[in-house]
Amino acid sequence: MTSEREGARAKAIETPVQASNGFAIDARDLTRRFGTFVAVDHITFDVKSGEVFGFLGANGAGKTTAIKMLVGLLSPSGGIAHVAGFDVRTQRDQIRRNIGYMSQRFSLYADLTVRENIRLYGGIYGLTPEQIAERTKAMLDTLGLSSNADDLVGRLPLGWKQKLAFSVALLHEPRIVFLDEPTGGVDPITRRQFWELIYAAAARGTTAFVTTHYMDEAEYCDRISIMVDGRIAALGSPTELKEKFGADSVDDVFVRLARSATKGAAA
Amino acid sequence: MNPKALRAFVVKELHHILRDRQTLTILLMMPLVQVILFGYALRSDVRDIRMAVVDPTPDHATIELQSRFLSSNRFRIVATSQNPDIIEPLFRRSRADIALVFDPDFASHLRNAEPARLLVAIDASDPNTGTTYLNYTRAVISSYQGELSAQNRRVQIVTETRMRFNPTLESVNLFVPGLIALVLVLVSALMTAISLSREKERGTLEVLLVSPLRPQQIIVGKVLPYLGLAFANVLTALIAAWAVFHVPFRGSVSLLLAESVLYTLVSLALGVLIAARTSSQRAAMLAALLGTMLPNTLLSGMIFPIASMPSWLVPFTYVVPARWFIVIARGIMLKGVGLAILWRETLVLSGMALLLLAAAMRSFKPRME
Repeated sequence: MTSEREGARAKAIETPVQASNGFAIDARDLTRRFGTFVAVDHITFDVKSGEVFGFLGANGAGKTTAIKMLVGLLSPSGGIAHVAGFDVRTQRDQIRRNIGYMSQRFSLYADLTVRENIRLYGGIYGLTPEQIAERTKAMLDTLGLSSNADDLVGRLPLGWKQKLAFSVALLHEPRIVFLDEPTGGVDPITRRQFWELIYAAAARGTTAFVTTHYMDEAEYCDRISIMVDGRIAALGSPTELKEKFGADSVDDVFVRLARSATKGAAA
Repeated sequence: MNPKALRAFVVKELHHILRDRQTLTILLMMPLVQVILFGYALRSDVRDIRMAVVDPTPDHATIELQSRFLSSNRFRIVATSQNPDIIEPLFRRSRADIALVFDPDFASHLRNAEPARLLVAIDASDPNTGTTYLNYTRAVISSYQGELSAQNRRVQIVTETRMRFNPTLESVNLFVPGLIALVLVLVSALMTAISLSREKERGTLEVLLVSPLRPQQIIVGKVLPYLGLAFANVLTALIAAWAVFHVPFRGSVSLLLAESVLYTLVSLALGVLIAARTSSQRAAMLAALLGTMLPNTLLSGMIFPIASMPSWLVPFTYVVPARWFIVIARGIMLKGVGLAILWRETLVLSGMALLLLAAAMRSFKPRME
């Protein structure tokens, strides 16, 4: 897998991505308050184009709030952030056209067929019928779902659904894809396959911003950040963090940081 | 915004509707079943009956009878004339409920113990109240006659009755407009509320809100297919009413269909608002049932005449969309009147539609604050 990733990196560099300052995402002191509660407290980080960025944190640490601000579902109370070079406060429309989003809940329609789901999202993102047909075929070939194109999505096994949902989130070739706990409830083999899809997307230059609860998955990321109590407690490559905290695994680092949490239910 | 995105969204909505065969069948059959059920069932106290009096030769006797009506405390004289032409416009504009027409020779015949003729015309577009009006009228006349007889005068009052708009007193004629109102609110408000809250519950709405699709487009996309379905329902109800119960249709079909679309928009917007305020399909369904079905059935005058409601309750009926729609539908179907008379009700519905649609659009903006 490593060699694949090196290849991916090389290709990513060939694809120029114009973000304001070369970053797919950059956040400076991004803050979100709900009344007196500070859900996200002055977080600062950036994500390079083509990077697979792991966004970790215990439940209640502020991950979801942070993602919502980045995708334009929530306004920041303070700080600034750019996604694909666009300001999250003022340029939401441009951001929406340049990002893909897969929520932690399954985002396809179970009562529509595979093909109808693809057509829906293709249509929403303004693809032409030709583009949709072409990309549908390519996607189904890659996923091995060609013979299931007219099956109802609800009848597919969970693992397939997740892979399909991810591919659909990439249908309009966004510059950045946000994946909010994409592999929840999926078996280890499928998780592995899912990550291969993430690398393949990164290889085509798509930046992946992933939240996860699985620490083995964190090891797959180029860089990770760990949120504790609304702040970023650690940021760096998995190797760097393990060295810094003298830990054997990211899991170890995570547990140490999460234990220091004062608020929220550290899972 | 991009019309292709909207089209893709509407196609998706159609798929949802068409794929859920059971629900679709129920929705399509509903008007038929309800027309038949209500047509064979259901039947109240009325005060403040507005009476028009046509008295070509005013006399002590005719005035006396009128004063009996007034002293019964149920009747109020809204117009008096010597010319019977006043009745028709008063009925059409719903300014009078009954008309008392004296024969020119009423008083002289009464004195000479000849048959004194009297015509009672009643607006029976609502047959329940129509019958009630008639019964009260008869009671007043016969008590007057009884008093005169008690004075050992031989008197003979011959009353002739005309049930206007609904000569055979078919309650089905009355129920079809109400039923259309009920079916429309059910399909529109309930189904949109369920369908939108399902997207909320399952998380697909979040994905839509993150897409370039505008919240307004999501609303329009949700509403359009149901508008079509509701239209089919109106047609079914009308055809069933005409084919099974021979309900008359005196006015313009296209006007009624246009008014139905207006009323449907009000209901759809209500559905969207309900979905915006609830967090689960179940809550949305209950809220839609309680918030739209009940008032639209009970406070609209569909089953219980507004005329017989306690006065404190009447203002509440003004906010019930079906109240206005039923007046419109009954007016068009049973009285054959047009916009010239129904403009006020139409205006109220239009105002409601605009207000609620605007509120619905606002409520679905992603929560930015």
